[in-house]
Amino acid sequence: MAEYNLSHRKVSVSNKEMTFSEKLYLPEIIKGMGVTLNHLFQKKVTYIHGKDKREFAPVYRGLHVLKLDDEGRERCTACGLCAVACPAEAITMVAAERQPGEEHLYREEKYAKTYEIDMLRCIFCGLCEQACPKEAIYLTDRLVEVDVTRGSFIYEKKDLLETMDKRVDITKRDHY
Amino acid sequence: MSFETFLIEKTIIVFIIFGITLAVAAYSTYGERKIAAFLQDRIGPYRAGPHGILQPLADGLKMMTKEDFVPSSASKLLYHMAPGLSMVVALMVSAIIPWGKSLIIGGKEVALQVTDLNVGILYVLGVVSLGVYGVMIGGWASNNKYSLMGGLRASSQMISYELPMGLSLIALMMVTGTMSFSEIAVQQSGWNGMQWNIIYQPLGFIIFLICAFAEAQRTPFDLPECEAELVGGYHTEYSSMKLGFYLFAEYAHMFVSSAIMSTLYFGGYNFPGINTLYHILPHNVVTMIGVGVLFVKTLFFIFLFMWVRWTIPRFRYDQLMGLGWKKLVPLAIVNIIITAAVVLIAK
Repeated sequence: MAEYNLSHRKVSVSNKEMTFSEKLYLPEIIKGMGVTLNHLFQKKVTYIHGKDKREFAPVYRGLHVLKLDDEGRERCTACGLCAVACPAEAITMVAAERQPGEEHLYREEKYAKTYEIDMLRCIFCGLCEQACPKEAIYLTDRLVEVDVTRGSFIYEKKDLLETMDKRVDITKRDHY
Repeated sequence: MSFETFLIEKTIIVFIIFGITLAVAAYSTYGERKIAAFLQDRIGPYRAGPHGILQPLADGLKMMTKEDFVPSSASKLLYHMAPGLSMVVALMVSAIIPWGKSLIIGGKEVALQVTDLNVGILYVLGVVSLGVYGVMIGGWASNNKYSLMGGLRASSQMISYELPMGLSLIALMMVTGTMSFSEIAVQQSGWNGMQWNIIYQPLGFIIFLICAFAEAQRTPFDLPECEAELVGGYHTEYSSMKLGFYLFAEYAHMFVSSAIMSTLYFGGYNFPGINTLYHILPHNVVTMIGVGVLFVKTLFFIFLFMWVRWTIPRFRYDQLMGLGWKKLVPLAIVNIIITAAVVLIAK
């Protein structure tokens, strides 16, 4: 059987006799105190909440966005695949037919009249994003805002949809 | 000196020393958390005031406003008395520590000491032994098995470690020839403030230090409140400010033992060059520098207490007893014999 050492910090246990200085105990304590004293002057790893910002992993899955295409039309056609894929059943939508004169708003003949995600149910698994055939929904590196009422966590279309002047960058995740 | 001025003078000193002890104990809790954090590469309390400097106030407020719960089967009188007892004992020892040489106020010399007992060391040993009652009574009166186990552990631990502590002090008394703290402090001002007792009693100091850790119930001897086995030890059933008193007493105890160690072994208020400085600068100024020096030494020992706590794990109970009875007691006796021989030869 091959020897695996994934952490490279493996220490083998030994039951060898202690040397005299080890039996005295005090030198070993002082050695240990030297180790802790070193840490006193080392750089601290704490991120101060509200002051320091922690960098997200490139694959971070946060608040969803409903994408627009390059002409500013909604990509979503309310096919409902995301809602079917969602293991937490967090997504609900109502479909509607595009009326003449709305071609600049919706890309296809059918669109989502309402589109809601319950952020308290959502587990941010990203299955909706994988299920979407129209590349309309993505998870981003943004955070769901903190609030104290349950109702405020149901994000409607106006909360999720990006605007043309403030497009949400999802290219970071595309590599993965 | 008339009785009235004596009373006023001592009252003022008592209040100042109590105030300082309590303040240092309060800020030790902050210091402990900060040091713990820094030794673990964290930054510790940060929110209350700049760098969390008001954290002790917040902690105190938290303790005060918590529900004061009393177990229905507790022995009421003893249950309420025990935390106070712990606190009183921890504070009482500070009475005999000479905080500085003397101040000259209005042509009168005022000793910076509440009382100069000629049996100071005996007083310390006696009062420290009383400390076990706060813990034991608290543990017993709670009527809880964990508390009782904690109290039992505490009493057997403190009784075991008082022995080597007393023996190491006997060796010290052989060197100094006195039990009065102020005389011990004055003796150490020899060689221009360098003749510290640690030079004569290095082994005795190490024994005393280890016993001081055990008496203050600090890691590695914190078995009485060993969280892993005994929930909270003797203060499992305590809440609110009564718990606060127990925790606070531990820090007060730490401060006082640190001051005693500095006085007995590390020259007290003496510092190198103190005698020459007394000729150059005004008397009161040098005395105040001495007080500052004693404080620095004391704070260093408090830091040592915390440093050790966050370095090593606690002993197993049989190891604790083995160390006390099989190692420290014989070692202390050997120390006495060697000291006696050296003192005899030197004569």
